Amino acid sequence: MTARTVAPAGSLELTLDAAVDHALAQAMAADPRVLTWGEDVRLLRRTLLARFGPDRVLDTPISESAFLYAGVGAAMNGLVPVVELFMVDFAAVGWSAILNGAAKMADFSGGSISVPLVVRAGYGGWYTDGGQHEQALWGNLASYPSTNVVVPSTPADAAGLVLTACRLEEFTVVLTPKLLDAQMLDYLGGASRSTVDFSEVVPEEGARGPVPRLVEPTPFGRAVLTQDGDDVGLVSVGVGVHRCLDAARALEEHDVRAAVLDLRTVAPLDTEAVLDLAARTRHVVVVDEDYRRGGLSGEVAALLLEHRVSAAFARVSVERTIPFAPHLEHAVLPNAGRVVAAALDLVRRDPMTT
Amino acid sequence: MRTAFDAQDAYRLMVRMRLVDTALTAAWADGLVPGEYHSGIGEEGVNAGVLLHLGPEDALALDHRNTAPLVGRGTDPESLMLEVLGSDRGLNGGMAGHMHLVDPAVRAAADGIVGASGPLAVGAATAARALRPGSVAVAFHGEAAMNQGMLMEAYNLAVAWNLPVVFVCKDNRWSITTRSAQVTAGSPVRRARAFGLAVERARGQDVRHVHAAAGRLVHRARAGRGPGLLHVTCHRPDGHFEGDPIVRMLRDPLGQAKVLLPGLVAAVRDDTGRGLRDRGHGVAVLGGRVGRAARDWALASHTDPVRRGRRLLPEEDAGRIEDTELERIGAAAGRARAAVADRAVFGAGARGGTR
Repeated sequence: MTARTVAPAGSLELTLDAAVDHALAQAMAADPRVLTWGEDVRLLRRTLLARFGPDRVLDTPISESAFLYAGVGAAMNGLVPVVELFMVDFAAVGWSAILNGAAKMADFSGGSISVPLVVRAGYGGWYTDGGQHEQALWGNLASYPSTNVVVPSTPADAAGLVLTACRLEEFTVVLTPKLLDAQMLDYLGGASRSTVDFSEVVPEEGARGPVPRLVEPTPFGRAVLTQDGDDVGLVSVGVGVHRCLDAARALEEHDVRAAVLDLRTVAPLDTEAVLDLAARTRHVVVVDEDYRRGGLSGEVAALLLEHRVSAAFARVSVERTIPFAPHLEHAVLPNAGRVVAAALDLVRRDPMTT
Repeated sequence: MRTAFDAQDAYRLMVRMRLVDTALTAAWADGLVPGEYHSGIGEEGVNAGVLLHLGPEDALALDHRNTAPLVGRGTDPESLMLEVLGSDRGLNGGMAGHMHLVDPAVRAAADGIVGASGPLAVGAATAARALRPGSVAVAFHGEAAMNQGMLMEAYNLAVAWNLPVVFVCKDNRWSITTRSAQVTAGSPVRRARAFGLAVERARGQDVRHVHAAAGRLVHRARAGRGPGLLHVTCHRPDGHFEGDPIVRMLRDPLGQAKVLLPGLVAAVRDDTGRGLRDRGHGVAVLGGRVGRAARDWALASHTDPVRRGRRLLPEEDAGRIEDTELERIGAAAGRARAAVADRAVFGAGARGGTR
């Protein structure tokens, strides 16, 4: 466990997507092997295009299977490609590149090559895009060997983690919350129409924040205790961290003090931080925007069992196809109300709790 | 059984589709359609020209621009609009939204993954041959989807299995916000021919032209003589989706310049990065894209398929069709809007849109 990245004086104030671009620019300036491609990236990453030229910022056709697998081939042959997707759901079209290519080639080589491929993809919902455009999928990704899965919750973490991804010489998937992507929200609202208001669902501290001018790499596998508390430990990543912080504020009114642990990377997982939190609070709620089965929440439960840490356990996660209609979507995603209810249920059922 | 062209039927369908799309883009601007909306405005000639050949047994696989073809196929407009407006009283109970609409009553379903309509139609065509002999499956997709491997695999399968399927390629020249020509090798038509598909070409603004070309392919597929591809040119005046950044640049260049230029200028001036030549090239690439969009939009301003279709029938008939459709679709749109009016869209306050 480690402290939240603190931006020094003279920092930039950036949105999360701009923070990723900022770190990527730093990596591209430092290392000529780093380049980026994906659908519409010359428009989306126009500041990188204007600074590094068209040879290092490439538009792709809508051909996920080819441009993802090409990323594997490029990474095996000396480049550090940052392959971007609007949404991780679209990666499913070219999933073999991830599962059978990027996750395997370094291992197949017996360690003689590395696959420094970075997949940068938007994830998640809360803005009503339906069941093919709002998935998280990190549980699935994190189950693969030799795969790092990064899910930042703030601009500063996003910058630090992306810089690490570009330097590590390992296959890494960076999942950025679309809900915290200013450009995405601007298309759907903002300058396009003033008639929708995302402020109810967009957590301010995640959407915008200080980022150092010179980004320092943030280590993988080091969770952050965003808020401390003794009664219950809320464990999450990405937007879920902000839902947990909202829930923690609401829990105070019930005299329940909640700790919030931001894992930051689903793989590698900071097992020490999870076990420490569970041993201390004896009540653990995993808040996961990914599917319930076969994912992060079950992994945390297994960790506790394997290490004989006794804790009451609950998970607030996605249990069905994410609906389109806003009220149905809200109910299916792990909203703060569901987190509060799960935490209260754990604490009140437990006779050890006063 | 080839369907003869009826200008009244074609115009009625096109007006109905245009009115539903206009109602939905207005609802989007008013904040009543949450999330994205990809309108089919500009594709009415393609949609009507193809759909007029289909009977109740035929299957339709659609892409993200699916509301217009569904309406043209016979889906209830109010039920469809309720779904797109995020009501749980909509066509799919609030599960689909506009990108994943499914209407078994007209044997039509959409998939938001680019290219997926192709293999879905191949599957539907195998079912058609086994269960409903003489029926066909039709896939709508864009020219950009032809860079998706699964669509090329679907072409191959359709020919290898000699399936009763017609692929309809709506070529609007843009892949999301990238020019298709810059990321595509060869041409869609030559590519389709290489698979052995029977290929017809048509201008999307001319519904009669589309209808004739589509008729030849549908007839052929129905008779068991194999799959085909209809390549139709068209224009998307609203861009990829409502809120398309390139369309915004065309409509409000000064406003958008104020937003975009500071970041670009800072990037060009940054101490680290490539030399001036590469930077200049990068900026030129961006400028070229907007310039090309401006040209495409200007050239296409006279290609509205609905306006052109109106010329095919007497003025009084056209007026009567417009009045009838306007009354029906207007009333349906009014009821759908009323059902979701005054709701909080996002967050804990979101409600069911049923009042």
